[in-house]
Amino acid sequence: MTTTAPPPTAPPPHKAKTVTRPGDRIFSGLSRGSGIFVLVIMGAIALFLTIRAVSAISKDHANFFTTFEWNAALTPPQFGIAVLAYGTIVSAVIAMAIAVPIAVGIALFITHYAPRRLGDVIAYVIDLLAAVPSIIYGLWGALFLVPHLQGLNLWLNHYLGWTVIFHKSDPNSTPRSLFTVGILLAIMILPIITNVSREVIRQVPKMHEEAALALGATRWEVIRMSVLPFARSGIISASMLGLGRALGETMAVATVLSADSTLSAHLLDPGGGTFSQNIVAKFGEATNFGRDALIASGLVLFVITLLVNGAARLIIARRKEYSGANA
Amino acid sequence: MAKRIDVSGLSAYYGSHKAIDDISMTVEPGSVTAFIGPSGCGKSTFLRTLNRMHEVTPGGRVEGKVMLDDENLYGSGVDPVTVRRTVGMVFQRPNPFPTMSIYDNVAAGLRLNGIRRKGELDTIVEKSLKGANLWNEVKDRLNKPGSGLSGGQQQRLCIARAIAVEPEVLLMDEPCSALDPISTLAIEDLIGELKERFTIVIVTHNMQQAARVSERTAFFNLAAVGQPGKLIEIDDTERIFANPSVQATEDYISGRFG
Repeated sequence: MTTTAPPPTAPPPHKAKTVTRPGDRIFSGLSRGSGIFVLVIMGAIALFLTIRAVSAISKDHANFFTTFEWNAALTPPQFGIAVLAYGTIVSAVIAMAIAVPIAVGIALFITHYAPRRLGDVIAYVIDLLAAVPSIIYGLWGALFLVPHLQGLNLWLNHYLGWTVIFHKSDPNSTPRSLFTVGILLAIMILPIITNVSREVIRQVPKMHEEAALALGATRWEVIRMSVLPFARSGIISASMLGLGRALGETMAVATVLSADSTLSAHLLDPGGGTFSQNIVAKFGEATNFGRDALIASGLVLFVITLLVNGAARLIIARRKEYSGANA
Repeated sequence: MAKRIDVSGLSAYYGSHKAIDDISMTVEPGSVTAFIGPSGCGKSTFLRTLNRMHEVTPGGRVEGKVMLDDENLYGSGVDPVTVRRTVGMVFQRPNPFPTMSIYDNVAAGLRLNGIRRKGELDTIVEKSLKGANLWNEVKDRLNKPGSGLSGGQQQRLCIARAIAVEPEVLLMDEPCSALDPISTLAIEDLIGELKERFTIVIVTHNMQQAARVSERTAFFNLAAVGQPGKLIEIDDTERIFANPSVQATEDYISGRFG
């Protein structure tokens, strides 16, 4: 048998061809499209708010940021967001201060303390709470909460009046105040914070809890050493979802608050306002220019929400090394 | 320091399912006892009854007696939290607290015991890390997260955390099954050193490991799936591996099941 040596030339460089399958292409197109869609919507909202806001602010004859009064119908127009920004932030802070600890407490109770069936019932009730429309909360707030909070208001005024914030100028005034709004908002954002926290707390790996248990930790110590640190970033995210709702809530606030343009440190006094409440109250009767002015205030709310979310992301990212995600 | 464990008539349940049936054995102080047996035979469950971790599982329940010297761990009025502070445990997968630094991981148990003075903590943390043969590798990065270490280092960190509180007994539930051979060797060497100070019980699927590290070996088996696991025999390790008194043990060790 004779064999001819194969030609020593190297085979022609093979061009690697990636096989693309239609399913992959369609799915990647769809998901990319969805991602871009979010950015487009966000950009469109920001652009719309900015254009309309700039045209209004340029005609404002008062300082937009420090003026209390909102009266775009005056000639020349005068309007400012000081009261609105203050009211929005204060009521949201009150809501967070009340809702976050209670929500985390409920989430821990459901996951770690309650018998399974009771936990399920509580979780279901909390879900129902999330499904109640905000106008219903508003009506309940105005017709039930407001009259029933008078006693608490007087008590706070009596014992904590010296702290200024709990001072009630006129003891007989109805508590249609930022404080009442804060309590109502707390109830409204409780479900979302509880649900997300509960899910995050459920994700804490059993082995981290057992690590603490095996060291002789009590149930509370297990929660402190293993559960809360692991769930921390998730709880912050949950709180931010709640804060977003509290900052933007409209109908419930508009129904409960007796709005005016006073900016007071006395949280129990009626008066004040929030961005969304002011928009919904004034929008119907506003002129075209008045609407642009309201949109300007909406832009500020938009920016505040973005800033708050950005800050939350920073807090989470700062301790990423310890987040447990790399365990 | 090390104490004798005396178990009599111990059964453990998950809900209505009996996982282990009527186990009695004695574990000598200052020795290493290995538990071997097929998966599902209840070795880990039994191990977890020795520091009252079994009852943490929903539906977990225990009958019988575990004497630690002359104290019944299941006596009325005995606090499981206190038991776990005297009987330490190392788990199958390394589980350092991911949110804590290396230092805080070792100090975690001490802080639970109310030790807060910095100087005292420093001393014990160093001593424990040295005891776990980890000090030289981590002494320059005590404030870095424990989860950044390799698997073998993490497991030694867990051992350091467990021995920092000076328990009487150290339970190890397949401590090397997630580790490579070199890390395994490091842990086995460590077990050899630790047995002078602690009574050690180790569950392992690796029979060479049982033969290497233990003085006594207990073989567990179950009649069929769904049946409770039983202790077949416990004897000196040499005897179990050379000349066990029960046929089932020999079959298991030599690889002939059934």
